[in-house]
Amino acid sequence: MMDPRILDRFRAIVGGDGLLTEPEQLRTYECDGLTNFRVLPSAVVLPTTTEQVQATVRVCHEAHIPFVARGSGTGLSGGALPIEHGIVISLARMVRILEVDIPNARVVVEPGVLNLSVTEAVAPAYFYAPDPSSQQVCSIGGNVAENSGGAHCLKYGFTTTHVLGLEVVLPDGSLVHLGGTTLDRPGYDLCGVFVGSEGTLGIATKVILRVVRRPALIQTLLAAFNSTNEAGAAVSGIIAAGVLPAAIEMMDNLAIQAAEAAVHANYPDCGGLLLVELDGPAAEVAALMTQVRAICTSCGAWELRVAQSEEERAAVWKGRKAAFAAMGRISPNYIVQDGVIPRTALPEVMSEIARLSGQAGLRVANVFHAGDGNLHPLVLYDARIEGQERRAERLAFSILELCVKAGGSITGEHGVGEEKKAFMSVMFAEPDLDTMQRVRCAFDPERLSNPTKVFPRPRLCAEKPGPYQPHPLETAGIAQLF
Amino acid sequence: MDDVATLLRDASRDGQAVIPQGGGTKLDWGQPPRRADLMLSTARLDRVLEHAWADMTATVEAGCTVARLQHSLAEHGQRLACDPLWPERATIGGILATNDNGTLRARFGGLRDLIIGVTLVLPDGTVAKSGGKVVKNVAGYDLPKLATGSFGTLAVITQAVFRLHPLPHETRTLTFAATRVEPLCELALAIQGSQLAFVSLQVRADGSAEPALDVGFEGERAGLDSQQDELLRLAAKLRRVDPPPAVWRTREELWQGTEPAVTGTFSVLPTELRAFCAQVHEVSTAPALGWRVVAQGVGVGHFRLEGATSDALVAPLQRLRAAAERRGGTLVVLVGPEDLKARLDVWGSPGDALPLFQRVKQQLDPQGTLSPGRFVGGL
Ligand SMILES: Cc1cc2nc3c(=O)[nH]c(=O)nc-3n(C[C@H](O)[C@H](O)[C@H](O)COP(=O)(O)OP(=O)(O)OC[C@H]3O[C@@H](n4cnc5c(N)ncnc54)[C@H](O)[C@@H]3O)c2cc1C
Repeated sequence: MMDPRILDRFRAIVGGDGLLTEPEQLRTYECDGLTNFRVLPSAVVLPTTTEQVQATVRVCHEAHIPFVARGSGTGLSGGALPIEHGIVISLARMVRILEVDIPNARVVVEPGVLNLSVTEAVAPAYFYAPDPSSQQVCSIGGNVAENSGGAHCLKYGFTTTHVLGLEVVLPDGSLVHLGGTTLDRPGYDLCGVFVGSEGTLGIATKVILRVVRRPALIQTLLAAFNSTNEAGAAVSGIIAAGVLPAAIEMMDNLAIQAAEAAVHANYPDCGGLLLVELDGPAAEVAALMTQVRAICTSCGAWELRVAQSEEERAAVWKGRKAAFAAMGRISPNYIVQDGVIPRTALPEVMSEIARLSGQAGLRVANVFHAGDGNLHPLVLYDARIEGQERRAERLAFSILELCVKAGGSITGEHGVGEEKKAFMSVMFAEPDLDTMQRVRCAFDPERLSNPTKVFPRPRLCAEKPGPYQPHPLETAGIAQLF
Repeated sequence: MDDVATLLRDASRDGQAVIPQGGGTKLDWGQPPRRADLMLSTARLDRVLEHAWADMTATVEAGCTVARLQHSLAEHGQRLACDPLWPERATIGGILATNDNGTLRARFGGLRDLIIGVTLVLPDGTVAKSGGKVVKNVAGYDLPKLATGSFGTLAVITQAVFRLHPLPHETRTLTFAATRVEPLCELALAIQGSQLAFVSLQVRADGSAEPALDVGFEGERAGLDSQQDELLRLAAKLRRVDPPPAVWRTREELWQGTEPAVTGTFSVLPTELRAFCAQVHEVSTAPALGWRVVAQGVGVGHFRLEGATSDALVAPLQRLRAAAERRGGTLVVLVGPEDLKARLDVWGSPGDALPLFQRVKQQLDPQGTLSPGRFVGGL
């Protein structure tokens, strides 16, 4: 239980209806999209203004209460998982679109605004490019914190490319403005550092976004192959030809079956399905589409369909965007994994995933952002069967190790959060993590803002910065100091 | 790299100030450092370590010149889609530290969008990596962005990893002239609001010649032809002229001319470009100054002002900065007479983030070893 005097102070800031303390109310906030981690927070505060966020954070700072920001709670790595004896600050009531400046392609929003609402605010001539599959429900604040991706980020860049400025409440309650409406403000690019920091550097209360002019023509090619290897060869062929599609997505047979069962996407029943979207001036799209079709055919595609009208394209994308949720149709439980590999490692990694899956006796469905090597293996299991969950977790983690070994990353878009913090040491050496944590100390010396996430071990900011630690190469005798 | 670590560690221990240097093309940008005991040249860290052409990424050492990197990438038909100043001499470390983006930014983003990994050596000798070798990666903080534009005041960049783009099959530049800059700025806005897929868009104006607008395209012939037709429709009221030689490098000329002069950079909203150009013209009328502007459609650009004395430049610069800041823009004096730099805040106001900048500096470079005083707010 939290000290009632503290609760009174929160109530004075956000009013009675802005504070949740009843266990059944708190239950809603005990986890995010990664439901196997659950912690009940001591309270949930729902501010409606930046000032209220500041005042709430100041109370936390004074009383040394850790806080976790929360947008829509769709995160898949436990980023918004509450901290015991801490509070959740939900941004779900800060949902105003503050400014739409079409001539400059800028939009200013509060953090609780949903991703899709930004596109709706600037449609039809413009759109907000980063489009996570959860775009109808996830918040811009969550996108900023996770540096979220989406199918169209291949061409247009991830969230970080589209966030020009932020208003941030620092963990001591002070307010800073990072970046701005104009580019290249002199000073350190802390806006760039904040994006993707998973709520560990403070709370974003205002976000300046860039929106993109909708291209003249958009076409989506659906190509059916016998295997993901053939489809993968086509992806490499397309990229090698110098074509930069707006999106290239791949699904394997299990993922296709699930999508069929869930939304009747009317996909061909095949071993490897590619969705290739091209956009741009009409003549350019036409020329490139001819080229892409030829490459697909030469790699073994036996069915090619081009979706052109808005409705046709929506139908094609529906299956892909529903892919995670669709797994529920073919398996009682599943783990969504998120790893990245260099695109060229795809065939090796795919056959290794198949081997591991066979070994574990568990099915793995694969959905990828193939253009940028971002894999989403979905490990299917049945929690009712003794021991399966553990085995599924182990399998999911060995797939991650595989990604790192192939020269990739443990996460391409879902974040480290609670789930993968131990894996940070697989990818980074101690001095790397230490340097990141020094940056964290500059923002949050008392470790109040989502303090237990991202890093395998906390660093005490009171430590004198900069103890020299030998690089692993050095200790291994590979490099030496002269 | 280990030499760098040892040197930095010893220098910070001894309280010396170290100035990292690449090609030396932009060492005079910003405030002169409070102190300079050692120059750390990256000239010998000049290798392209890996070009994973099939994955379209490259790892390069900081001292490699931009031209050398591009030359090496071109063997596989690829490039770093960035065209900074003086590529023959500028190094990768230098363009990153100064965030020197070129004209291709309109299409490919800035360096911050192209860099995917970095190796940094901190003043205490810590060698730290951040990011990685894949184009998509959200594990840990994005320190490549922290290093980009930090003017050598936080850490020495020793390696960088970039995402690459294919070399274009064909390029085309169309140039338009007018007697005044306003209609050109209008056209630049119209192009940005159109569905044309241009890669560069640049306004040139100066006190002695006619202003012009350059539009660059890349792609296949058929696509280029139809885009050209559409552009000519948009630009029907303007006169088409031949682009000057090396049109996309004309901003390099802003570092040449009569002295005393200042060369600086500004950033405004795209819609404010027109007012800003008009303002440069206006502040240069009485007393008469020589002036030149080369601006990108996205709102960032360079300018040069030449006066009879460095005194004569102060008030015009202050007026220009006020004009840029009116709608959230900025103006920075890069190069100019020392007495002028001493009298004018070359960086402009850092805003309410300065204490946070100072804490970041304190964490990474607590002794103030690296380029002390060169950057914003005396950092
Ligand atoms: C079906 C499904 C599909 C998905 N598809 C994708 C996809 O294609 N691509 C992708 O990248 N992700 C995807 N996700 C993951 C998730 O939707 C994104 O990570 C999203 O950005 C989270 O937003 P949210 O508002 O739900 O944030 P939350 O889950 O509430 O929070 C996420 C993190 O952000 C922090 N945070 C939230 N708001 C703020 C703020 N204002 N200031 C500071 N920190 C804050 C939290 O503390 C937490 O660490 C998917 C999720 C689901 C369930």
